[in-house]
This record gives sequence, C-alpha cells and structure tokens, in this order.
Amino acid sequence: MKRELPLAAAATVTRASPLSIAAAVVALLLVLAAASMPAWAERSQLRMATEFLCLLTIAQMWNLLAGYGGLLSVGQQAFVGLGAYSLVVFGLQGGLNAFVVVPIAGVVGLVGAALLAPLAFRLRGAHFAVGTWVMAEVLRIVIANLPFVSGGSGVSVAPTVRGMDIATRDAVSLWLALVLGAGSMAAVYALLRSRWGLALVAVRDSERASQSLGIEGRRLKWLVYVAAAGGCAMAGALIFATKLRVSPDSAFSLEWTTTAFFIVVIGGIGSLEGPLLGAVLYFALREWLSDLGSTYMIVLGSLTVAVMLSGGGGVWGLVNRRGWFDLFPTRRRVRGASAGDD
Amino acid sequence: MKRLLETRSLTAGYGDFQALYGIDFHVDDGEAVAIIGANGAGKTTFLRTLAGQLRATGGQLRFADENIAAWHGHRMAEAGIALVPEGRRLFPSLSVEENLLMGAYTRRPGPWTLASVFELFPVLCEFRRRPATELSGGQQQMVAMGRALMSNPRLLLCDEISLGLAPLVVREIYRTLSQIRGKGLSVVLVEQDIGQAMKAADRVVCFQEGRVSLEGAPGTLSREQISQAYFGV
Amino acid sequence: MAEWINTLLQGVLLGGLYALFAAGLSLSFGVMRMINIAHGDMIVFAGYAAIFTAEHLGLPPALTLLLVAPALAVLGYLAQRLVFNRTLGDDVLRPLLLTFGLSIVIQNALQEMFSADVRGLDIGPLATANFQLGGDVAIGVLPLLVMATAVATLAALQWLFRQTRAGRAFRATSDDAGTAQLMGVNRQHVYALAMAIASAVVAVAGVFLVMRTTISPSDGPARLLYSFEAVIIGGLGSLWGTLLGGTILGVAQAVGAKLNPGWGVLSGHLAFLLVLMFRPQGLMPKTRDR
Repeated sequence: MKRELPLAAAATVTRASPLSIAAAVVALLLVLAAASMPAWAERSQLRMATEFLCLLTIAQMWNLLAGYGGLLSVGQQAFVGLGAYSLVVFGLQGGLNAFVVVPIAGVVGLVGAALLAPLAFRLRGAHFAVGTWVMAEVLRIVIANLPFVSGGSGVSVAPTVRGMDIATRDAVSLWLALVLGAGSMAAVYALLRSRWGLALVAVRDSERASQSLGIEGRRLKWLVYVAAAGGCAMAGALIFATKLRVSPDSAFSLEWTTTAFFIVVIGGIGSLEGPLLGAVLYFALREWLSDLGSTYMIVLGSLTVAVMLSGGGGVWGLVNRRGWFDLFPTRRRVRGASAGDD
Repeated sequence: MKRLLETRSLTAGYGDFQALYGIDFHVDDGEAVAIIGANGAGKTTFLRTLAGQLRATGGQLRFADENIAAWHGHRMAEAGIALVPEGRRLFPSLSVEENLLMGAYTRRPGPWTLASVFELFPVLCEFRRRPATELSGGQQQMVAMGRALMSNPRLLLCDEISLGLAPLVVREIYRTLSQIRGKGLSVVLVEQDIGQAMKAADRVVCFQEGRVSLEGAPGTLSREQISQAYFGV
Repeated sequence: MAEWINTLLQGVLLGGLYALFAAGLSLSFGVMRMINIAHGDMIVFAGYAAIFTAEHLGLPPALTLLLVAPALAVLGYLAQRLVFNRTLGDDVLRPLLLTFGLSIVIQNALQEMFSADVRGLDIGPLATANFQLGGDVAIGVLPLLVMATAVATLAALQWLFRQTRAGRAFRATSDDAGTAQLMGVNRQHVYALAMAIASAVVAVAGVFLVMRTTISPSDGPARLLYSFEAVIIGGLGSLWGTLLGGTILGVAQAVGAKLNPGWGVLSGHLAFLLVLMFRPQGLMPKTRDR
C-alpha cells in the first residue's frame, strides 16, 4: 500500500539567535572600551587588564586542547616558557623590541610544538597529560643549565623596551594583549564554526566513529596542539615583556597550567563563554582572597573538585544547561521545518 | 509448580531510547523458556535487565518471591541468577580455570564445582591454564557456560549461545544444556535458531519491538503464527 | 672506578624507593584505569603524617607506619568510594581534572599545616649506616632496606593478584567491569579496595621517603612524575616491570647527577623520553592501554 508523504516545507538552518547577536554587539563595545583604556585608566588597572587578557589567551588555548580536542595538557607552560625565552634570545640578545618579538614567539611556539608532537602523541589520555608535563620540565632544566640564555637564576629583559616611555609601553602592552585575548577567542570561534571544528568535536566525542567517516583525528589534534602552543608562546612573551624579568622557574612554572586549569574548569570547560567567565571569577577571587595565602589555592582547588563532581560543566555549564544562553553559538538549528511523518 | 521468576509490565531502555514496553513474563521452577525474535526486538535487553546489568525503568520484577527491581546489579548473582552473556565475554587476562573460579565469586553452595564443570566439559580441563580467549569459539562458549554454572544458580539465562558456532558444536552445547537441566535448573534461552529453541524449550515466547507478541508450548504454535509474531506482518 | 660502582649501586637502590612510589600508581591504574594526579601529594602527605605521629606521639620512626598505613588505607577507600568513583566512566578527563584539583588542595593544606620549611624523620644512626663491600665500595643500610621492602611489597601484590579471590576480582573488573558484576562483583567496592591497598603502599613509600630525605609541601608533583616514569619505562600492567622501571630511573638519575649535579632529574626525564620514543609500550608490558 503506497502512502503519499507530504512535502516538507522549506527548512532553514541557522546559528544566530537574538541573544547571540546582542552578545556580539556587546562584545564589540567591550573591545572598543578596552582599547580606549590607555586614555582614561590608571596604571594598575591597565596592568590588570593586560594580565587578564594574557591569562585569558592561555586559558582559551588550554580549553581548545582539553575541552574541544580532548587533550589534557599539563605542559602548556613549556610554550609559555618558550615565549618568554624568545624574548631573551630575540629581544635581549637580538636587540629587537619586545613587542616585535611577540609574533616571533608565536612562531617559536609553533615550531616547538611541531617538534614535540611526534613524541607527545605516542601517549593518550592520562599519559599524554603527564608526558607533556615531563617535556615541560625537560625544557626548564635544559634552559636553566644554559647560563648564556638563562643567566642561571634569571635575567632582566628591560633593555627590550628601552626607548619607550611608560605610558606608551603600557598602552602597547594592552593593545597587544587585547589582540591576543579577543583574537584567540575569535580564532577558536571561527574554528568551531568551520568544518574542522565540527570534525574536532566529532573526534572528541568518538574517535572511532569519526574515523569511519573518514575524519583524520590525528591530523586535527596535531593542528590544535601546535596552534595552542603558538598562542601560549605569544602570551608568554607579552607577559614577560611586562614583568621585565625572565627566570627558568617562573617562565616554565606549572602555575601557568594550573591557572588556566582553574579558569577553564571553574568557568566551564568545552565552551567559549566558560573561560571568559572563569577568568573574571578568577580575578575576582584573587582580589577578594589574596591575603589568605594558601587558603586561596585551597578554595580554588576545592571549587574545581566540586565542579568535577557535579557534572563537569562549571559555572557556565550550570547557567547554560539547555543551551539557551549560547553567546557564541556554534550549533546549527533547524527552523521552520514541518517534519512530515516524524 | 512454583513461580521462580515473574515480570509485570517491565520497561527498560538505554537513556532516551526505550527498548522494552511492558513485558509480562514468567518462569516456573524447572522450566525452560525460549525467547525468540528479530534483531533489536529487546531480547538481550530483557536478559540484561533480569541479570541486573540494566536497571528496569518501570514495572515489577520478582525472583523467588522477592521484589528485585530496585536491587544493585551485583546482587542478582548472590540471589541465584546467572547470565551467559551474548558474545561470551570471557576475561582475557584470566586463564580458563580462573574464569571459572570467577564464576564462583559469590561462593553459593551447590553441586557445581571446578571438578564437576570439568566433568561436564572435559576438553576444558586440558586447557585449564590457557588464557581463556585463546580457545576456539565452541570451547569459549563452554567456558562461559561453566562460569555461569559455578555460581550455582537457580535460574540460568543464556543469550545466543549458538551464535557463530558450527552446527555440530551447537548440537553438543544443547545436549549439555539438557544434562544441566537434569539437575533442576530453570533456564531462559534467547535463540536466533528457532528450530533449536523449539526443541530445547518447554515454552516459547516471541518478542517483537520490545513487546511480547506470542507465547505457547512449541507443539501448539504453527509456522504462520511464529512468522507473524516474529516479523509483525 | 669504585666511585662509579658506588653511583650505580646507589642508583639501583634509589630505584627501590621509586618502585615503591610507583607501585601504588601501577595498582590503581591497573584496576581502575585511573591516574591519580594527587598520587605524589599523597606520598608527601603520608610522610608528614609519619613526622607528625613521631613528634607528637613519640613513636619510633618504624612504628609510625603501623598508624599511618591503616589510616591512609581507610582514607583511600573512602576517597575512592565517595569521590573518585563518581568520575569514572567514559570521559577520561574527569578523574584527571578532579585529582589535579585535589593535588592543589593537598599541597596547600600541607603548606598551611606545616609551613614551607623542610622536614624529615629522625632515624638516628640508620640514616648514615652502610655496609662496606670492600675496596671503597659501600651501600647504605637504609637504601638496602627500602629496596628489600620494595621487592617484598611487589611480591606480595603479585601474590594478591595471582592467587587470591580478591586479586582475580581485580583483574576481572579491570578487564570487563560489567561482566564481573554478573558474577556478583561490586564494582564500587572493588575499586575502593584497590585504592585502599594502593594507599597503604603509598604510606610505606611516604614513610621511607621522609626517612631518606627531607620534604616540603610542594614535593608531590615531582614524586608523581617519578612514579609515572617508572611505570611507563617498566611497562603498563606489570608489577615487576615497575621494579625494573624504578631501577632504570634511579640509575639514570644517579649517573646523571654524577656527571653534573644539575642533570640528575633531567637524566631520568630523558631516559623516560627515550623509552617513549623507541619502545612506548615499556620494557615488560602486560596490558594494552585502552
């Protein structure tokens, strides 16, 4: 018996929603406001904004790896350190201006990751995490043992910003940090909206299923790993350009990863909004609890444990459980379809 | 005849996907019941629910006069329900003997011991120290059944024990099954091979898309009835 | 020449300590497929617990173990049952992130309780006693004791896994937890039991650690790295492999340090990376990494 199936009405596939469009406008305004800070903000506020944006960059990179790529890296400090030492090599020894070195540091990060990747990718899961950690440690110790680079216990990179007055320095730092912070979010967003982003999430959810669809998980993960390294290296170079002193222990400190970890996990792993929210929370908590010393870290650590026990979605995960508040929508929705016999 | 196992309006599923829609089913002491049905009809889901691997989402499940629907999965073995799982699922890190000993984990008293299982399946005794997964398909099936017997169950659930085995081996397995039944065990068999199911069972139940579509003693069911119940057309 | 022999011997015996560090990690990974990032911090915690009981209860160092090991075993059981078990599942990241957070909490809690000064356990003459083997070659009594304990511990664990009902349950659960449940194995309990045993081993490792050297609250991560390296070099799933891995690590570190004081730990890392490059499954592998 044949049945006539009614023609489905034309369906449209959209991504944007009124909220996301509003968020985009707000985001643009915020970026402009931030860019104007050198005109009206105090020095301490400028420095905090710069630090915020740099940490946000590192956090977004870590989130790209862990939340979207499924690669937990406890070794991103290797690339932050490489960025810092690019400052020493190209800036201090090569005579370039600190801010010119930042993009160079990005390249150094990319190359470093490309060299380490074959080794790192022999491991998966927990082993990848600890393996990347070991590699960061190796870099730290090797550089610490190269006195002409590290100066043993540290070296000042003040000469790299010689010739710039403080106001200019602070402004350029902020603008570069803005480029990195907003840029990293924009880049990750663009990636997620693209074919590669879709493939990445598919691989994260099920490597085997995506393989059967012809998606090459290895290649994607490699790209993500290398890209994240570049981002971290640039942030590292900029951070140390403002700190003006580079030592192996501070450049390759596990704290860079720990901070990214706090920001991303508490904010909400695997979303773009999460790390942004997490960075705000992190800074707020730091201001609020800073005189409590170790207790502050205990609070942060306990928060991450609590987040992991409650489903892993962080604060943003709680707020946006149903996806209604997607500020950076990457999912496609079907609108206006009459679903026939479904 | 005492009712050993009974379900009423049992429902179960996997997350959003519902697999069983209100199953009424029973097994009496000493009975052998065969469940037949097409792939995806819910037969394996049903056995897994009985064995505690899946939690029922609704309805009643009673075993030996106790309501076990809300029990934690691992308690079913203690109560006397043993499942020979689909695909056998032997432990690769364990030898044949160790796999059998795992069956005796609950230490339930009864006639089945390592010695009596080796008597039932002499070939296993020869391979007792080999890793279980090195054996042939038929031998692995024997290990899987032996492992289930080692828990001295009152109810034995067998999920597709003929799958992937040569006809000769299947006949051998079913011959052993009737030997086992001789010791008073009740059996539920899920079988793709309808002929074998009809021969081995006292009663046949047909599943179709998560519901019972037919039930009766093998002799009383006609070809057409079964075909209808199986495929639903 | 004698110096080099001494260095080698020291390295081997150091390996005993590393094998003890790693045994707990190997156990919990073997059964639960979980790497506890707070593992090193638990070792340090055990060390501090030993120091605390020695100082406040006046117990001789060796007897602190009798208190610390059971206490840690109970803590481990509860932690696994109440906290870690909730994160085990298909997502590999969740237990890692949770234990990472836990690691930070433990380090900073220890900092609050004991401040950042280094502490050690006073064992009197045992600390420097050694056997003279003739010709300027000597081995320390304590390191030898540690190695002996490591071997005994690993042998005991091996016996547990191979010959006991509980050991079979561990292996079966590790293979296929769902099917093990069909046999009546309570997965929650088995995981917690494995963690309890691993924690007891961690306690032993911690006590020996503070006998051999001084510790500070932030020493955890390094111990985790050594444990992990020993396990990987030796090969996943093999307890004796862990002993081999620990020994190789110890020798690498000792030799490296002899060549240049700054290269000790680095040599260990490089040995690990070399194994990773040329034989990623380790030297004596037993299980497949899922």
